Amino acid sequence: MARFAAGDRVRARSADHDGHTRLPRYVRGHVGEVVEVRATWSLPDDAVRGISRAEPVYTVRFGAAELWGSGQHSVVLDLWESYLEETL
Amino acid sequence: MSGGHAELPVAARVRAFEERVIAAGLTSDAELEEILAGVYASASPVNGARMVARAWTDRAYRDRLLADGNAAAAELGFAAGTRGYLLKVVENTAGVHNVIVCTLCSCYPTSLLGPSPTWYKSFAYRSRVVREPRAVLGEFGFELPEDTHIRVWDANSETRYLVLPLPPGSADGLDEDALASLVSRNGLIGTAVR
Repeated sequence: MARFAAGDRVRARSADHDGHTRLPRYVRGHVGEVVEVRATWSLPDDAVRGISRAEPVYTVRFGAAELWGSGQHSVVLDLWESYLEETL
Repeated sequence: MSGGHAELPVAARVRAFEERVIAAGLTSDAELEEILAGVYASASPVNGARMVARAWTDRAYRDRLLADGNAAAAELGFAAGTRGYLLKVVENTAGVHNVIVCTLCSCYPTSLLGPSPTWYKSFAYRSRVVREPRAVLGEFGFELPEDTHIRVWDANSETRYLVLPLPPGSADGLDEDALASLVSRNGLIGTAVR
């Protein structure tokens, strides 16, 4: 069951990760909007340790001003549910 | 990386890894050669260009392409090359221009775009295009109107992207082959208009 839905605002987790991850540093701590629930895929952070744990993956759009402090463009990437938290 | 790289440290590391998996009985040199030859024999931006030209001339195909890139690639005979990832086609419009990158490594739909250019794998492109795409596109000689919104797609997961460029303004009368010949690899990445 997907925890987030299209239109939800989500924050990428800011904690430094111990080991392999597909959560790029430049989005950590930043708030974006879920565009769609992309798929259910195995979490790479666990898969690399031989553990298979599938979870929802979300396509999330970030505004340039949110990521970099300026700019008009947007950046879209896929983030596993474990990489995201609710915004307050 | 394109061109010779046999002396680079990464080549030695790849070879050491190959020797380990071969020693473990998981594959063989012959099998690896066959896989690579198979990929590179058919991988070409001509494939992506054919999908684009079909989308420009067939509205129903364009709709299917945007809804399910893998199925639309399979329709034109490219199923094998798109196995193992989700192909997402992103459409340029009058107001939105798309550009693709893989900030974590160099992911890219090789079978449809051909071997990736060296710059696509460079730290400069990967780090800058998410931060200042308009400046990066300008360095490709590609100037977008000020009011065009740029959307950068980072292929950090199992999704691979292909850009559906805008058709030429004077496309009338051109058949699918002629249209396909107008589409470049950079156009499919988003660093050229088409």
